[in-house]
Amino acid sequence: MEEKKLAIIATKGTLDWGYPPFILASTAAALGYEVEVFFTFYGLQLLKKDLDLKVSPLGNPGMPMPMGMDKWFPTLFTALPGMEAMMTAMMKKKMASKGVASIEELRELSQEAGVRLIACQMTVDLFDMDSSQFINDVEYAGAARFFEFAGESDICLYI
Amino acid sequence: MADFDNELDASGLNCPLPILRAKKTLAGMDSGKVLRIVATDPGSVKDFEAFAKQTGNELMDSGEEGGKFVFRIKKA
Repeated sequence: MEEKKLAIIATKGTLDWGYPPFILASTAAALGYEVEVFFTFYGLQLLKKDLDLKVSPLGNPGMPMPMGMDKWFPTLFTALPGMEAMMTAMMKKKMASKGVASIEELRELSQEAGVRLIACQMTVDLFDMDSSQFINDVEYAGAARFFEFAGESDICLYI
Repeated sequence: MADFDNELDASGLNCPLPILRAKKTLAGMDSGKVLRIVATDPGSVKDFEAFAKQTGNELMDSGEEGGKFVFRIKKA
């Protein structure tokens, strides 16, 4: 049986949106898929050695907040200084207590399982980033490189 | 005699960790050997069914024991 292929474009760099690419990539690899993830724009944050990902309730009315705050806390107040840091800390604590892996762990498991990670060279340049900021074993390439694999993929996701 | 060769305790772990750990453990086992997995994630019931179906490893049984989910998978 020929290996199935999963291609993912990861475009977001927040703590919540950082999960789907790595959860799907690592699981697909465990199921025997060949997997490539192309990181572009804010998604590049997910490749940094030192992850500093945050989650914000601002502009996200669907986000459940601690103590039922989402029911009575005015949306505008979520813009207050310190709210993002507080929500991020609470989210991380919640995840750890529920046995949800960290992004770092899922990223490592993905690489271990043979998932190929590709950084969009154009956005790396655009944001004046440097490969020294990123983890090892990342490939730097452009859109054509993505299509080389995505064109033959069975599943292609834009996250 | 135990009716399995290896055991994996995935208690307290959430999706997709039980599957990833199981895959890793199976990778170090010989064909025909049986892995017993204990998990607490209710999603793992459907996930291990799907895992077995897609990887060709056989899900011998799946059940509940003392509030935990227990699976036996035979490596293909």
